Amino acid sequence: MNFCRTESLIDTVTHYCPGCGHGIIHRLVAEVLDELGVREKTIATAPVGCAVLFYNYMKCDIIECAHGRSPAVATAIKRLLPENVVFTYQGDGDLAAIGMAETIHAANRGENITVIFVNNAIYGMTGGQMAPTTLLGQMSTTTEAGRGNNQEGPPIKVCELLSMLDGVTYLERVAVNDAKNVIKTKKAIRKGFLNQIEGRGFSMVEVLSMCPTDWKVSPLKAAEFVNIDMKSVFPLGVYKDEDGQ
Amino acid sequence: MADIQIDIERCKGCGLCVLQCGHGCLKMSEDTNESGNTYAMINGSKDKCTGCGLCCQMCPDVAISICNEKTNTKKNKS
Ligand SMILES: Cc1ncc(C[n+]2csc(CCOP(=O)(O)OP(=O)(O)O)c2C)c(N)n1
Ligand code: SF4
Ligand code: SF4
Ligand code: SF4
Repeated sequence: MNFCRTESLIDTVTHYCPGCGHGIIHRLVAEVLDELGVREKTIATAPVGCAVLFYNYMKCDIIECAHGRSPAVATAIKRLLPENVVFTYQGDGDLAAIGMAETIHAANRGENITVIFVNNAIYGMTGGQMAPTTLLGQMSTTTEAGRGNNQEGPPIKVCELLSMLDGVTYLERVAVNDAKNVIKTKKAIRKGFLNQIEGRGFSMVEVLSMCPTDWKVSPLKAAEFVNIDMKSVFPLGVYKDEDGQ
Repeated sequence: MADIQIDIERCKGCGLCVLQCGHGCLKMSEDTNESGNTYAMINGSKDKCTGCGLCCQMCPDVAISICNEKTNTKKNKS
């Protein structure tokens, strides 16, 4: 077996913390673009969040968006350039807090785009504030005693929420806590892109991912937190698959 | 024997690869690389490595490769 850095992933050191899931997910997206042979016609959006420098790591065209606005920007790009492959790469603060309106409406319109949603249950870049996806009882700088059901409300489950919308084609939740799940994540991302290439409509892949720094745990404990705590609140699986493939 | 290569200057010392390898082929260093991180290294000899690539799948920094072509890895000190 061979394992080499794929062409679309720029050969450089990332700014991510040790054990951060973003690096794994970047690699998977880059490998899928190369395997599908679409790098030259791919246009991505970069979020506000730790992945704000996404454009420094990928060899495709990337537009930096205002916080949360990626699905609206991607809508415009895809409608103007339908032959191009268009995807957003967003954190949970970006996609499910400030950008929730854009997310829901782009999904509901069935825009033919691919959304890569990195759920690390926290605002990483700004130092660990509560995200819509923070677990009940999970500590953050804005929920020092742990997120409370009465005070902050329970975590928002984005796949479940979007599965109610008729416009949506494909929703799958995966994780990058171990190699087996990483391989499954790549399959889901590939399917998300294939759906778009074949004109099937809105696809979102939600990836449960580690943020050891703002969870204030070691990388190994962070992988365990995804495996035990996050998966029990955010079950993995396919939430919608309109073509049943 | 699989030719596994670890680019120790790219390694951030997270240890996810060591956890992943069920064959005990990897361990963390005692010293640090130029960035001040402990780094993953071969635990003893490469003979135990099956080349399954699971450690590569886990590495957030793409610091591990298993390549026949020699061009893709640099500074393989381990
Ligand atoms: C309009 C606007 N509001 C707020 C911010 C501050 N801000 C920057 S990143 C961020 C949250 C990022 O969290 P997430 O999307 O979960 O990404 P992560 O860093 O965890 O990958 C916020 C609130 C901003 N940059 N712009
Ligand atoms: S703060 Fe969290 S999400 Fe941001 S780079 Fe560090 S580990 Fe990754
Ligand atoms: S390739 Fe497989 S056997 Fe070899 S070090 Fe990596 S995980 Fe272990
Ligand atoms: S997974 Fe990568 S960065 Fe982490 S210790 Fe192993 S080689 Fe280093």
